[in-house]
Amino acid sequence: MSKMVELRILRQEGPNAPKRWETFTVAFRPRMNVITCLQDIQKNPVTKDGKTTTPVAWDCNCLEEVCGACTMLINGRPRQSCSALLEQLDQPIELKPLTKFPLVRDLVVDRQRMFDALIRVRAWVPIDGTHDLGPGPRLNPSVQGRAYEFSRCMTCGCCMEACPQYGAGRAFIGPAPMTQVELHSMHPASAMHQEARLHAIMGPGGLGDCGNAQNCVQVCPKEIPITDAIGDLGRQLTQQFAKDFFGK
Amino acid sequence: MSEPRFIVVGGGLAGLMTTIKLCEAGHRVDLFSVTPVKRSHSVCAQGGINGAVNIKGENDSPELHFVDSVKGGDFLANQPLVKGMCYAAPGIIYLLDRMGVTFNRTPEGNLDFRRFGGTLFSRTAFAGATTGQQMLYALDEQVRRYEAEGLVRKFEYSEYLGSIRDAEGVCRGIVALDLRTMAVQAFRGDGTFLATGGPGMLFGRTTNSVVNTGSAAAAAYIQGAKYANGEFIQVHPTAIPGEDKLRLISESVRGEGGRCWVPRKKGDARPPREIPDADRLYFFEEKYPRYGNLVPRDIASREIHDLCVNKGLGVDGKLVVYLDVTHIPAETLDRKLGGVLEIYEKFVGDDPREVPMRIAPAVHYSMGGLWIDYEAGTDGFPKVGSPRNHQTNIPGLFAVGECDYEYHGGNRLGANSLLSCVYAGILGGPAGASYAKGLKGLSADLPSGIFDEAERHWRERFERIRKMSGKENPYILARDLGETMNANATIVRENKTLKETDDRILEMMKRWRDINTLDTAGWGNMPVPFVNQLWNMMELARVVVLGALHRDESRGSHYKPEKPQRDDANWLKTTITTWSKDGPQFTYDKVDTSLISPVARKYD
Ligand SMILES: Cc1cc2nc3c(=O)[nH]c(=O)nc-3n(C[C@H](O)[C@H](O)[C@H](O)COP(=O)(O)OP(=O)(O)OC[C@H]3O[C@@H](n4cnc5c(N)ncnc54)[C@H](O)[C@@H]3O)c2cc1C
Repeated sequence: MSKMVELRILRQEGPNAPKRWETFTVAFRPRMNVITCLQDIQKNPVTKDGKTTTPVAWDCNCLEEVCGACTMLINGRPRQSCSALLEQLDQPIELKPLTKFPLVRDLVVDRQRMFDALIRVRAWVPIDGTHDLGPGPRLNPSVQGRAYEFSRCMTCGCCMEACPQYGAGRAFIGPAPMTQVELHSMHPASAMHQEARLHAIMGPGGLGDCGNAQNCVQVCPKEIPITDAIGDLGRQLTQQFAKDFFGK
Repeated sequence: MSEPRFIVVGGGLAGLMTTIKLCEAGHRVDLFSVTPVKRSHSVCAQGGINGAVNIKGENDSPELHFVDSVKGGDFLANQPLVKGMCYAAPGIIYLLDRMGVTFNRTPEGNLDFRRFGGTLFSRTAFAGATTGQQMLYALDEQVRRYEAEGLVRKFEYSEYLGSIRDAEGVCRGIVALDLRTMAVQAFRGDGTFLATGGPGMLFGRTTNSVVNTGSAAAAAYIQGAKYANGEFIQVHPTAIPGEDKLRLISESVRGEGGRCWVPRKKGDARPPREIPDADRLYFFEEKYPRYGNLVPRDIASREIHDLCVNKGLGVDGKLVVYLDVTHIPAETLDRKLGGVLEIYEKFVGDDPREVPMRIAPAVHYSMGGLWIDYEAGTDGFPKVGSPRNHQTNIPGLFAVGECDYEYHGGNRLGANSLLSCVYAGILGGPAGASYAKGLKGLSADLPSGIFDEAERHWRERFERIRKMSGKENPYILARDLGETMNANATIVRENKTLKETDDRILEMMKRWRDINTLDTAGWGNMPVPFVNQLWNMMELARVVVLGALHRDESRGSHYKPEKPQRDDANWLKTTITTWSKDGPQFTYDKVDTSLISPVARKYD
């Protein structure tokens, strides 16, 4: 008989529905990931004890850890299910939805709050227009290299899940948007507008709410130096406070 | 007087660029997407975007880019659009740079460029090896800026089901399904853009993302939009075999010096690093001394197929070859290819800096798509602002991006798709705006009849699907479709097998009627929309298969051993497919080759 994989999945049919655990077994194949298991369950939605159920709902798209969609708690850790290879996981594998976002169904949550935060911090370059204005500014390759580390944030929510200060009922916008404020301070044109972003992260919900637990940087699948961004933004804010205070 | 409203379906590069162009002109846009737009498939693009900026002093020019692209497409592309795209390319790269795309730099701080397939020039700008992700994020940010200003309303987790056409056949809006509440709702629009990407999932496991079902384009086709060149499906030569997906190893790896090889001796079981150079067959370099590892993808995939399947030289006797970068300094690899090599390392477990990668061909891209019009001037360039640009044969319905059929002819050159997606938005946005200006009445002022009727139609269909309680599992049916298509309609196509494949699709369409939808919930139900998509996928699969059966020649990605040559006398024409109750109907259109005359396509 072929090797089997066992999964325990926390299920919930909607935000107000009761939670329940279901256990499934699927046949193991080399290099399988958690997504493959969920796909197998779709093809045969029957629990370990033979009960027919509905396929598990989960979010996914690219399956190569660049879209950020398939984030969930796998054996307690927030991560993408596409890059969670079975060979590296203890069994039974436990799947739960992220807890810091409103639940939609089963493993699907609503991360809209993260996108809203990107509006709040004005994470864009206010370009003059899309018409031809010739080449952009020259850029030091090392600045590009540094910016690139932050521009890979895929809004997946791992850092938000791990952050003790972030969650329902709290104002803190969380670590991920901070990386984008930092990113925009490195682009020559965008940096001209950093003041507005710094004002957006002053006060309630802003950088001051960070408790310095440093969990964020440990769970980031792209190894983004989030705590460096937070440290640097702290310095930028100090300067901005001084400017606001003396400048007026 | 009310203002026109626009609908953009799809928030990949093409949809976002279209949205930006419309908003810049002061218009309001409703943007629909099944995923949050920032998670669109465009994030997958690794290698880069083409534009003849000539940073490397190689005397590159937009004209040479144009020539390479037309030749790369085996002369099947309408040339004015390709010309417009190639000449716009340097400006597009500058624009993206101004928007903050973290493109790699030269030591002097200029944009850096690398080699890609089908050209001898360093013409590809790149941001590490996650160029699509970086580009999508930059456009996403610009759209968010317009969202903050109130010009864009986003409808994410919302699926396009079909268009709403008035008595004259003009598209007046869409019907969308809210994937959480499962509500079916009509939206009015004066210009509607489909920017819904490619149909990779027809082939099951591919390099594509899971939402790339082609279902939206297929729905438009079923409603009367013409579909063009559907048989042209690109198979990428280098991907990692996987259980859920065939993850791409970008052409940029070869652009940076990666070399493909197999052991010269059949069955040589030595580990790759122990096989000395003399015992390795660098098959591309031997056969194509000029282009080497960077021959266009159609040629490269056929070569690998021939080597492994016909000659039995594949690694371990399989359809697998080595892609080797172990001779390139690790620092260069990390700086220029980090993102791709990381994927290999994460998903295979070996470090490609140390061990040659094992790769295989995989379905990757569709050159075919919804038929669109364009208007060219006497200078050979498309006329920006003409309402004909990117408009389908359904008035008011436009298509942009991978879901349209233009720009790439019979085979797309690497790094030309990110470009064509952005260019499509640049051309499409203004086309939509001029179209709406010419409208006599806006959809907001129409009586509700056609909208109510469309809602009713789709509600009933979804109610029927929800109640389907037959014996077929939809996901197993989709797997069977993918396996059949992958086995029979990709690198090598035989007439007999194509015919059998169509018969099998017809059988699957019967099986579809006996589906068990598995879930009756009225909230966040995944199987219900999937069952609807699956039907559309099968309709589209027939377009691909029968288009291939009819095209009795070999051109670009379409290769028939029975007719191995290109046949310009009979087949230098665009395949046009129209939906009918009795199956797809085929007609053919002239290709505009007014700027470059077709010649033999050689890369050796
Ligand atoms: C792995 C990989 C690597 C690649 N690398 C490169 C490269 O280096 N260079 C290059 O030029 N090209 C590359 N390509 C090709 C290129 O990425 C794609 O062709 C391009 O991104 C397609 O963009 P798009 O805007 O047309 O569609 P997509 O990015 O696919 O977006 C489609 C959008 O439509 C939405 N959608 C789909 N259906 C519906 C519906 N029914 N209702 C509502 N919304 C819907 C989706 O949610 C999404 O927002 C690569 C492709 C792959 C697969």
